[in-house]
Amino acid sequence: MSLFSFFSKRSSAPVARERLQILLAHERSSIGGRSDLVAILQEEILAVIAKHIAIDREKVQVKLDRGNSVSTLEVDIEIPTPAGPARVALRG
Amino acid sequence: MAKVLVVTSGKGGVGKTTSTAALGAALAQSGQNVVVVDFDVGLRNLDLVMGSERRVVFDLINVVQGDAKLAQALIRDKRIDTLSLLAASQTRDKDALTMEGVSRVINELKEKFDWVICDSPAGIEKGAVLAMRHADTAVVVTNPEVSSVRDSDRIIGLLDSKTERAEKGERVEKHLLLTRYDPVRAERGEMLKVDDVIEILSIPLLGIIPESEEVLRASNMGAPVTLNAPMSAPARAYFDAAKRLRGETLEMTVPSDKKGIFAKLFGRRVA
Repeated sequence: MSLFSFFSKRSSAPVARERLQILLAHERSSIGGRSDLVAILQEEILAVIAKHIAIDREKVQVKLDRGNSVSTLEVDIEIPTPAGPARVALRG
Repeated sequence: MAKVLVVTSGKGGVGKTTSTAALGAALAQSGQNVVVVDFDVGLRNLDLVMGSERRVVFDLINVVQGDAKLAQALIRDKRIDTLSLLAASQTRDKDALTMEGVSRVINELKEKFDWVICDSPAGIEKGAVLAMRHADTAVVVTNPEVSSVRDSDRIIGLLDSKTERAEKGERVEKHLLLTRYDPVRAERGEMLKVDDVIEILSIPLLGIIPESEEVLRASNMGAPVTLNAPMSAPARAYFDAAKRLRGETLEMTVPSDKKGIFAKLFGRRVA
């Protein structure tokens, strides 16, 4: 590990290059279009669930992780049940 | 036919004003009639970098609002008589610039000069959009650094949507000017390489300006680097870039200021 980090320490440019490529691929598609995609998805998913169950909006978490070829959207909703809280997690 | 060129970047401090002065002077030194126009209302600096700060009487906003004639506001350079400056206002607000006013002034400048070079303010707000509005050609100044490359990408998007040409369905010719480049650090993997930046931004390269102490020395002196140190590495890079703007094809190099042993021992120049 230390030998590896010794050799890789100076090469920060490839990291910069990769970060930029991923970031810009996303920004180019979202700016001017739906840059608030996460907010829109959160609202629509909540609306669907709220039709069937009463949910606390404070207990909803939306996370977006942008990857090179795949991005993941994680929606975590806490649903109160008579026996105690149960959690529903949607991933996609 | 006059060409309108915008020097832009999104990010501040990457070398827009330095590059405007150096490219403008280089074009003027080759006999072209050039005007450099400062669009950075409220934070003007092109006058200072050009060494004309004590000669500003009227500015772009005075002309836009009709308080002064264009001929009264143009400041002819004392060293190159084919080079003129139209300063930005230091006291007024950028809201004083109107779309109609700016387009009238640009049209008037196009009749008098071969090149109208607009020095854009940083950011993506009104001032930057007005500076690029009438451009035929854009020079996107970028440092080999992540935040600068990201902001350049954003500016390229604006050039393709917010300019007069874009709205008419035409293209603004875009060129990448990579500034503050250090080939040694890039080779060591410490800095994005030229090819990395070209690949990410995918616009053609106009020139590579090496990091050099001559750039600061020139701005200290109030002279474009192509005038203050014409043989220096950054000046040679700007001269090549100016030739490419005129349509010449030149081999792309990164000029260097490598000194001989004699200069290293005794050559501490005093500017």
